[in-house]
Amino acid sequence: MSSLDLIVEMIAPGTRVLDIGCGDGLLIERLFRDKGCDARGIEIDMAAVTRAVSHGLPVMQGDADLDLAHYPDGAFDYVVLSRTLQAVERPREVLRQMLRISSRAVVSFPNFGHWQVRWQLLSGGRMPMTATWDRPWHETPNIHPCTVADFFALCAAEGYAVERWLATDDAGRRTPWRRNAWLANIFAEQALFLLAGQRARAMAAA
Amino acid sequence: MDQPHVSPQADTDDVAHAHVVFDGGLALDCGVMLPRLIVAYRTYGTLNADRSNAILVCHALTGDQYVAEEHPVTGRPGWWEAIVGPGKPLDTDRFFIVCANVLGGCMGSTGPRTLRDDGTPWGTDFPPVTVRDMVRAQKLLIDHLGISRLFAVIGGSMGGMQVLQWVATYPACVFAAIPVACASYHSAQNIAFHEVGRQAIFADPDWQGGRYWQNGRVPARGLAVARMCAHITYLSEEALTRKFGRRLQSAAKDPTEALGLFGDIFEVESYLRHQGSTFVNRFDANSYLTITRAMDYFDLAADAGGDLATAFAGTRVRFLLVSFSSDWLFPTEESRRIVRALNRVAANVSFVEVTTDKGHDAFLLDEPDFHRTLAGFLGGCAEHSGLAKPTR
Repeated sequence: MSSLDLIVEMIAPGTRVLDIGCGDGLLIERLFRDKGCDARGIEIDMAAVTRAVSHGLPVMQGDADLDLAHYPDGAFDYVVLSRTLQAVERPREVLRQMLRISSRAVVSFPNFGHWQVRWQLLSGGRMPMTATWDRPWHETPNIHPCTVADFFALCAAEGYAVERWLATDDAGRRTPWRRNAWLANIFAEQALFLLAGQRARAMAAA
Repeated sequence: MDQPHVSPQADTDDVAHAHVVFDGGLALDCGVMLPRLIVAYRTYGTLNADRSNAILVCHALTGDQYVAEEHPVTGRPGWWEAIVGPGKPLDTDRFFIVCANVLGGCMGSTGPRTLRDDGTPWGTDFPPVTVRDMVRAQKLLIDHLGISRLFAVIGGSMGGMQVLQWVATYPACVFAAIPVACASYHSAQNIAFHEVGRQAIFADPDWQGGRYWQNGRVPARGLAVARMCAHITYLSEEALTRKFGRRLQSAAKDPTEALGLFGDIFEVESYLRHQGSTFVNRFDANSYLTITRAMDYFDLAADAGGDLATAFAGTRVRFLLVSFSSDWLFPTEESRRIVRALNRVAANVSFVEVTTDKGHDAFLLDEPDFHRTLAGFLGGCAEHSGLAKPTR
């Protein structure tokens, strides 16, 4: 199973989905074809936007840091942010916007707590370079790295319910560490979270 | 300065334009009732059995209904043959393309050149019209053709304004909307450029207070200058530099000869003069005044109580907005403003800025990224609307 499959699996059929940082629109096409979703995308890279729209997919050029603020409350059932959280200007604000405009958020990010990252920093004293963190510190767009434990802490502080989470390897394949957050924080190369905001809980309570 | 070449009274009078007459007339935004409305139009392709494959093309300020065929007045190819035709993004094997000359125009639809009951043209007595009036006239045509919902409405520049107005006025009658290189209102800078053009027309003694048909002399110089001024706004500095740079006309290669004040010295001057002089052969000065005013009046947000999003509230239309990176007449930021208003009502919107150095005119030219985007968007919309794939 690829990371795309894992995300598709998390999303209920026939729902409204916004994919932030959707690239060529692979996920929104899957969600439309396999699950009958009303799936749309935002992508910052114009070349990728042009490829997506040329493929018939509803994608707009935009920036997660700037453009989510314009959507009305509860416009979507899911907002997806795949491997992008660490590259936005204000991750906490982006998450807040996601869970304002949507009941649920699907978030994946590379884990900075992975043992190789820890070991390289400890042993060599230099910024780590791994398969996941593959750009030198001065070139990387990943300006807000975090660990699995950091993300759990942020969700607790912001009052987001973690409905599902799983640890994956570089290719986004599921790994066994999902039963133990402490182990996942050491061995997961990436993590995938399904969060519910206050909107989802209000709907559940009603 | 050379007189622009012009034939007395534009030739367009001699051409019969296909049209439909609405004897019920049209009530205009200004309060005037036009007693009789003529809409001249052209169609390409075939309307399918359930009338679900119609695309309305809205033309720009100086465009007309001859989208994809030789123009009967100028003999030149249609203005959007780059995208309209068999196998092209607006595929005439698949879609039924309709384009009407706008209200206030001079290619057969009711406008300042149209004769009134007393046999004289409206001239400057022609009432001021708005983009919404133009769209209402188009709606009458679409109803006349038996089309209850347009598969798509598309247009660039003033055509894009009409697209936005269509969505705001007849939201249930449009499945997809493609406003290209446009804005939700005409900016102060754009109004200012239009005013220079209008003043050039007024300043031409041959304009004669707008009653130039009386002695058969047309304000060709004024209209040509208006066109020259406007044409600069359709290009970009990069495109002008690429095409002309500072090159001198070949006749003035000797530098001493080039130090004159008059005549065509730089290539860009003769290019602009050519644009001006060919324009006056096909366009009517009073129409130019009427249509530039309609653009100036356009402000969709003001019509909706100040918030552009209100104009689109509850819309189910699928949007594609396209802007061009070097367009300074309708810059990308204007399209983004529309996109954000559409986001505020959670509309389904695609948005692409095409990188080009060709300025505003790029929407008329060979821009492969634009054409691919358009074809893909229409294909996606056809799938979502259940429009069958063409059988070849």
